[in-house]
Amino acid sequence: MTALRPEEGAPTRIAEAILLVVALALGMGGMWMVGHSLEGGLPEGFWTYTIVLAALAFTAHIVLRLRAPYADQVILPAVVLLNSVSMATVLRQDIVPYPSLQGANAPRHIMWSAIGIVLACIVIVVIRDHRSLRRLTYTAMVVGIVLVILPLIPGLGREINGAKIWIYIGPFSLQPAEFAKIAFAVFFAGYLVANRDTLALAGKKFLGLQLPRLRDLGPILIVWAVSLAVLIGEKDLGTSLLFFGLFVGMLYLATDRVGWIAIGLVMFAAGAVVAWSIFSHVQLRVNIWLDALNPDLINGPSFQLVQGLFAMAYGGMFGAGWGEGYPQYVPFAFSDFIYAAIGEELGLTGLLAILLVYLVIIQRGLRHAIGVRDGFGKLLAGGLAFVMALQLFVVVGGITRVIPLTGLTLPFMAQGGSSLLANWIVIALMLRISDAARRPSALPTRGALADPVPAVVGGGAIEVGGGTPVQAETEAGAGRSGTPDDATQIVRGVDR
Amino acid sequence: MNATLRRLSAVVMVMFLTLMISTTWIQFVAAGELNDHPRNVRGIYSALARDRGPIVIKGGEAIVTSEPVDDNFKYQRTYSGGDAGPASLYAPVTGYFSVNGTVTGMERYANSYLAGEDDSLWLDRLQNLITGEEAQGSSVELTIDPKIQQAAWDALGDRNGAAVVLDPKTGAILAMVSKPSYDPNTLAVHDAEEATATSERLINEKPVVGSVEGEERRSVYGPTINRTINATFPPGSTFKVLTSAAAIEYNGLTPTTQIDAPNSYTLPGTSTSVGNFGGFPCSPTERMTLLEALQDSCNTAYLKVATDVGRDGMQRMFEDFGFTESLEVPMTTSIGAYPGLIGGEGDDDSDARIALSGIGQGSVRMTPLQVAMISAAVANDGDLMKPYLIQSVRDSDLELVSQTKPSRYKSPFSSSTADALTDMMLAVVNNGSGTAAQVSGVQVAGKTGTAQDDPRSPTLWFTGFAPADDPQVAIAIVLENEGESTLESSAGSLAAPIAGQIFKAAVGQ
Repeated sequence: MTALRPEEGAPTRIAEAILLVVALALGMGGMWMVGHSLEGGLPEGFWTYTIVLAALAFTAHIVLRLRAPYADQVILPAVVLLNSVSMATVLRQDIVPYPSLQGANAPRHIMWSAIGIVLACIVIVVIRDHRSLRRLTYTAMVVGIVLVILPLIPGLGREINGAKIWIYIGPFSLQPAEFAKIAFAVFFAGYLVANRDTLALAGKKFLGLQLPRLRDLGPILIVWAVSLAVLIGEKDLGTSLLFFGLFVGMLYLATDRVGWIAIGLVMFAAGAVVAWSIFSHVQLRVNIWLDALNPDLINGPSFQLVQGLFAMAYGGMFGAGWGEGYPQYVPFAFSDFIYAAIGEELGLTGLLAILLVYLVIIQRGLRHAIGVRDGFGKLLAGGLAFVMALQLFVVVGGITRVIPLTGLTLPFMAQGGSSLLANWIVIALMLRISDAARRPSALPTRGALADPVPAVVGGGAIEVGGGTPVQAETEAGAGRSGTPDDATQIVRGVDR
Repeated sequence: MNATLRRLSAVVMVMFLTLMISTTWIQFVAAGELNDHPRNVRGIYSALARDRGPIVIKGGEAIVTSEPVDDNFKYQRTYSGGDAGPASLYAPVTGYFSVNGTVTGMERYANSYLAGEDDSLWLDRLQNLITGEEAQGSSVELTIDPKIQQAAWDALGDRNGAAVVLDPKTGAILAMVSKPSYDPNTLAVHDAEEATATSERLINEKPVVGSVEGEERRSVYGPTINRTINATFPPGSTFKVLTSAAAIEYNGLTPTTQIDAPNSYTLPGTSTSVGNFGGFPCSPTERMTLLEALQDSCNTAYLKVATDVGRDGMQRMFEDFGFTESLEVPMTTSIGAYPGLIGGEGDDDSDARIALSGIGQGSVRMTPLQVAMISAAVANDGDLMKPYLIQSVRDSDLELVSQTKPSRYKSPFSSSTADALTDMMLAVVNNGSGTAAQVSGVQVAGKTGTAQDDPRSPTLWFTGFAPADDPQVAIAIVLENEGESTLESSAGSLAAPIAGQIFKAAVGQ
C-alpha cells in the first residue's frame, strides 16, 4: 500500500482541511436556515446532503494529500463552498410546491455534485502529470469538434428556450459544450505550445501590429468557423463567445501578439454583426438586452430576464434572507438564473462574496500557470482559468445586462449534470497543475537567492533537468497556518 | 508567457469588476425603481405576507392593523377592527391594500415604513438577517386628531363634500374627511375576485350631487377619491382672500381703502356684465372699504380688484402659495388650476378670465387642502407651513425611527398683510356672510364661498381659522354642488355652520 502513503516531507494540507470545514459549515447553515424559514425545522435530507458533501469533500482532500500534496489548498474549499451554497439554494427551491420550481431537484443536484467530485478525484489519480495530456492534442481537437457538432445532429439535439445546446440520449440530457471547452483548452495548449514561435515571429508588420502569415491563419479560421457554426446552428451566442474567447486568449498567452487579439475581435464582431442582421432571433436577443423593460417584451421574450432583475432588486443590499424570496417567479431559478435567485435571498453582499470566491479560484489558477514550468502546463492552466472567467462573465453578464442573455450555466452552482461534471474536471486539472507548479524543483529558479545549506530534494519531485541538486524548501507557512501563502512557490537555490 | 499571463489576469480582474458593478447597479442603484415597477408583484406579496406595521392616530389608537390569519397571505389587513363605520371615517387617510395590487392612501405612500423596508430601517433589517426573525413593519403615527375627525365627519352629515383641518403653526393635518366614503375592509379581502369586483363597483359609483328639478347630476369623483387632496373644485368667494392678499401685498391696499363696488361690472374686453349674488347691490354709493367688500362678499368689487392687481400679480400670488405644485403629505396631492398657469383651462388668460378669477370663478380650481392653506397662511403671519400627515414612525420595538419636523413651505405675503387679512376675515364671521360659523367665546376668522360652476347647484365653501389671536386650527369645508342658488342654501347658511361645529370641537371651551 505504498501508493496510499503520503509523500515524505509533503505538506499536510491542514489549511485546506480547515477551510473545507468552513465551506461546508456555510452550506449547512444555509440549509438549516432554509428549513427554519420554510418548514420550521431542519429540512428533509439535511443530514444526507451534509454527510455526502462532507464525505466527498474530505475524500477529495485525502486524494490530494496522497496524489497531489503540493496542490493549491484554497481552490478545493472555494469550490466546495460554491457547491454547498448552491445545494442549499436548490434544496430551498425543491421544498416549496410551486409548479415553476418543479425542475429544482435537490437529490439530483447532490448526485451530480457527488459524481463531479468523484470524477475530479479520478482525474487527479489517473493523470499523474498534466504533461501527459499533451499527447492527446489532436485527439482533443476531434473530441471537441464532435462535442460541439452533436447538438446539431437531428434527433439528438433539441432546442430549449431558443438555443440548441443540449443533446438527449434516452433519459439523459447533456450540454456537450461544457465538456468541449476542456477538450479545446487541451487542444489549443498542445497546438500553441508547438507552433507559438511560428505564429509569433513570422509575418509582416502592419500599422505597428505584427500580423501572422496567411498559412498560419488556418487553425484560427477553423475555430472561427466552429464558433460561428455554434452561433448560427445552435443559436447560442454564449458558447460561441466562450470558444472563441478561449482561443483568442490562449493565442495571446502563447504569442504575446496583440495583433491576434485584434484580428480575433474583428472577426468575431463581423460574424456577430452578420448573424444579427440575418437572424431574427439574434435581433430579438439584442432587443431584450437593450430594452428589457419594454412593455411589448416584458410578458414574453424578456420575461425571464426582467423577473431576474426584479428578484435581484428585491434582494437589495442584504437580501431577503434564506427562504424569504420569490424564486417561483423566475423561470429556471435553479439553473440558468440561480445567480438571480441567490441575489434575491442573500443580496448584493452574498453575490459579491460569491463573485470574489470565483475570482479567487480563477486568479489562483492563473498564478499556477505562472508557477508551472512547462509551456503546455502554462497554456492549459491559463486557458482553463480564463475559460471559467469567460463563462462567468457570459452568464452573470447576461443576467445583469452587460451582454445579451445566453444559455450558459454558473459553474458549480447551477443545477445540471454537465456543468457540474465538466467544471469539477476543470478544477481537478487546475489542482494537478498547481501541484506541479508548487512542487519543489530540482532546478534553480530565475531570480532565486543563494542558499549555502546543502540540498535535500523532496521525494517524487519532477525532474526537469540534470542540474546540480539544490535545496528546495516547501512553501512557507502552508500547512501551519490557516491562511496559505502566495501560490507562487518560493524556491531557494543557487547554481554552483 | 508569464508576462502575458499577468496581463490576462488583469483582464480577468476587469471582467469581474464589470460584473460587480453591474450587480451593484441592479441591487443597489436601480433597486428602488425595479421594486416599484408595476409588473413587479413582489412588493404586494411580500407586503401581504408580512407583519405590516399599524397606522396609529393621535392618542395612540391603531386604526389599521395586521391580524394573523390562516391562509396563504398569513396576515389580514384590518381597518378599525373591521368596523365599517370608523373604517369609512378614516378611509381617505388610510387608503386600502388590495390583493389585486391596488394600494392607496397611507398604505401606499407610507409603504416603505409599514413594510419595514425603508432605508432608515436598515439596522433592523440587518438584525433580522442575523437572527432570522421575520421582518416586522414599523408603526406610522398620524397627525389626525380623532376628536376633530369625528366632529368633521358628523358635521358634514350625509352631504357630498370634504373637510380638512390643519394646524396652521406646524402644517399638521388634524382632520381629513371625504364624503361619500367607503369601507376599506371590503377591498382588503384576500379573495382577489371579490376585491376586484368591489373596487370596480366603488370606482364606478359616482354619487348624485345637486339634484335639481328631478334631473340628477353625478359627481366626477367616486367614493374612493380623497376629495380633500385629489379633487378640485372652483373655490368661489373663498378665493377673495387670495385676491385681497395680492391687492394688499402688491398694490398697497389696506382694509380701510375705499374701492369701487358697482352694481354690475363689465368684464374687461367683453360686453358681459356681472352682478352680485342674487342681484343685490353691495353699497348704495357703489363704494365701500376692502374690509366691507370681503365681509359682504361683494363680487363686482373683487372683479375690479383682480383686474387692478392684473394677470401677473394674481398669477404670482397663486404660484407663491405653491398651488401649481404637487405636495406629498405623503399622499400626492392634485395641483390647482389658474388661468394661464399649468392646469388653467385652455390657457385662456384674457383680462376677463383674470377678473373672474378674482372671485374664484373662471377656470380657477383648487383642492380643499389648498383652500385651507390660504387660511393657514393668514393664521400663521404669512408663513405657510408644509402640510403633513405622518407625525412619527416607530419600529417594531417602538423605537423612534423618524419624526416630522414642521417646515415652512412658502411665504406668500408679509405678516402685516396677514394681520390685515385676519381683520377682514374676522369681520366676515362677526358681521358678514359667515356669522353661522361663530363659536361662543372664540374669535373665528373665515370666508364663505359659493361657486356657481353649475348655477342651479353651486359648490359651497367655508374656510377660516380660530382662535384669531392664537390660531390653533385652519379649516376648509366644501359641499359639492349642494347649493340651490338661494340665500337659504348659500355657503353662509350651509357650509358655515358645519365649520362652526368643527371649530367648536377643536377649540371650543
